[in-house]
Amino acid sequence: MKNPQLNKDGELQHLLTTEGLPVRIMRDILDRAASFLDVAEGREIKKVPLLHGKSVFNIFFENSTRTRTTFEIAAKRLSADVVNLNIGSSSTSKGESLLDTVDNLCAMHADMFIVRHSQSGAAHLIARHVAPEIHVINAGDGRHAHPTQALLDMFTIRHYKKEFHNLRVAIVGDVLHSRVARSQIHALTTLGVPEVRVIAPKTLLPAMVENLGVQVYHDMAKGLKDVDVVLMLRLQNERMQGALLPSGQEYFKNYGLTEEKLAYAKPDAIVMHPGPMNRGIEIASGVADGAQSVILSQVTFGIAVRMAVMSTLAGSGK
Amino acid sequence: MNIHIKNGRLIDPRNNIDAMLDVFISKKLIVAIGVAPEGFIPRQVIDATGLIVAPGLIELAARLREPGYEYMATLESEMEAAVAGGVTSLACPPDTDPPLDEPGLVEMLKHRAKNLHQAKLYPVAALTTALLGLELTEMAELVDAGCVAFSQADAPLTDTRVLYRAMQYAATFGFSVWLRPQDSFLARDGVAHEGEVATRCGLPAIPVCAETIALATMLSLAKETGAKLHICRLSSAAGVEMIRLAKREGLAVSCDVSINHVHLSEMDIGYFDPNCRLTPPLRSLRDRAALRAGLLDGTIDAICTNHAPVDEDAKQLPFAEAESGATGLELLLPLVLKWASQEKISLSDALARATLRPAQILGLDAGHLSVGAAADLCIFDPAACWVVTPAALKSQGKNTPFMGMEVQGRVRYTLVDGEVVYEKQD
Repeated sequence: MKNPQLNKDGELQHLLTTEGLPVRIMRDILDRAASFLDVAEGREIKKVPLLHGKSVFNIFFENSTRTRTTFEIAAKRLSADVVNLNIGSSSTSKGESLLDTVDNLCAMHADMFIVRHSQSGAAHLIARHVAPEIHVINAGDGRHAHPTQALLDMFTIRHYKKEFHNLRVAIVGDVLHSRVARSQIHALTTLGVPEVRVIAPKTLLPAMVENLGVQVYHDMAKGLKDVDVVLMLRLQNERMQGALLPSGQEYFKNYGLTEEKLAYAKPDAIVMHPGPMNRGIEIASGVADGAQSVILSQVTFGIAVRMAVMSTLAGSGK
Repeated sequence: MNIHIKNGRLIDPRNNIDAMLDVFISKKLIVAIGVAPEGFIPRQVIDATGLIVAPGLIELAARLREPGYEYMATLESEMEAAVAGGVTSLACPPDTDPPLDEPGLVEMLKHRAKNLHQAKLYPVAALTTALLGLELTEMAELVDAGCVAFSQADAPLTDTRVLYRAMQYAATFGFSVWLRPQDSFLARDGVAHEGEVATRCGLPAIPVCAETIALATMLSLAKETGAKLHICRLSSAAGVEMIRLAKREGLAVSCDVSINHVHLSEMDIGYFDPNCRLTPPLRSLRDRAALRAGLLDGTIDAICTNHAPVDEDAKQLPFAEAESGATGLELLLPLVLKWASQEKISLSDALARATLRPAQILGLDAGHLSVGAAADLCIFDPAACWVVTPAALKSQGKNTPFMGMEVQGRVRYTLVDGEVVYEKQD
């Protein structure tokens, strides 16, 4: 089966998932992001003209302020024209189909789509549908993938830990419903992290998750033992209704990251979270704001990584 | 009209015939095999040189989408697809809009199908009113109107007491109850097999226990009530094992599998291929192997297509939102032949699963080529290869996981009641 993300020359055509993303492309994106970080931090002028004259459409079928904003900033720093559409509140509520919406935007000469949708596979569907000169970036599809989040997490890990091949990484929380966790797992294993763990109650782990290349733990003390990186996941409040968990309090008691539990990890372990955080549910404030937390760095790096992804796509096929 | 089918290879699973024999047809019936009856003057001679002459295929689950879903398919389009696929009799499930829950609807459907002079239609009526799982339909009236069995199609029947009583009532009159085993709570929102692919793709999943728990209930109630139970669309290895044990214990239960599940697994979903959005979900390779083994050893009685044409717009959606189903009537023969060749079994054994066995499940004297039987035949070229394309299909549904694939085996003639209702034009 053809890899839907790559063009016939093996270049990145779309960024849909970190699964099957070649390690050379992943490393290129991280290296390129490092150079953009200098643009943001080292100069008076924050813009580069790499996407000058290009139209980037942020199409969000599911609400998100943070991810949409970071994509918007990234596109503007690349000098692109950015259009933001919250489709959740317009076309589809009038009955227009997903692909009709996309066709209309294509007719407005979009060069790049940044798509978020509540259904797994939506970005793949759009990528299959659009003309070959149009690029699609998956900004989160259902439970499936959130590749730019995973790449910015990898950038953050590399920034603090330098290498991947000697790390032990734990992902904690609602893996079942998490596109972030799936994308992190594929990115970590692709970049050569030898030990990836997931820690959660059985109700929040998908079937055969170990086949993704992770070790499964149900106990924080054991799962966090000697890890270098702790990746926390957001717990949605509605999980309490589906008989997945009894209460937020019980979840916090068993799986919330407190200073005591973090002490099982290596002393220099870093703590990450994709945001937005539920303090007192999956993470204690003391940890979120503590010395080991690199959560705000993730946000900063996120812009550079998204610039790197967009400029990589814009440069392919030329 | 008298028809002489000459020089063909006759395969009739029931009479254990696989030989070069001519067939003679007169007044809707097969009047002789091998040697012409005295004074037989054919009006038409079909030269079946190089072709196989077999009983017409019998399909247990063909959604014709009428009434109510004419935008997906029509009786005309799907009956044409049936005979193009060599299908001479078909059962249609009751999940139309409105559902087949009253005699008038059933009579209307039968009447319209009859006027088309194509395949014979055997409606399966709703087991409960509007398929809601609350009240019984007028089963005896529905049988008088022409129904052959009672089913919930894919609609849930969560109240076990209603199911118990429905089976008791059906057993009173000796009516068959056809059920697809799926616990609706465990399957809620699920669109793929709970396993590696659903986990990787982040798709809401249906565990195997959704099938086995429902199956245990159905088998217990069949034992309790004595109802004739047919299990539709088995999907899992554990399900096959339960049927095998039930049959070993002497329970009168039959079951079928869809041709998609014989050939495909969850792996075929690939990058969210909506053509593989099927009900029940495609399961693991291990499950597929068990279904094939069950089909071989007779645990699974019959193969069906689970024909469900869907309009293109309803498939061009994210996987979980895409309409479930695939067109199948025209693919039944080549896919049965493919299974036979993969398993290295005789054509007669393979065809039995799509002719004689489904006829027995339907309670029909059909699916065989005995002298005196209705002349329902499928004459096909076992060597002809063709590519599945939208243009190659008569069905209004162009959605199938086999789209674009080359298959072998093509129907040349289909006869129903001694009349040629389909002839492949070259």
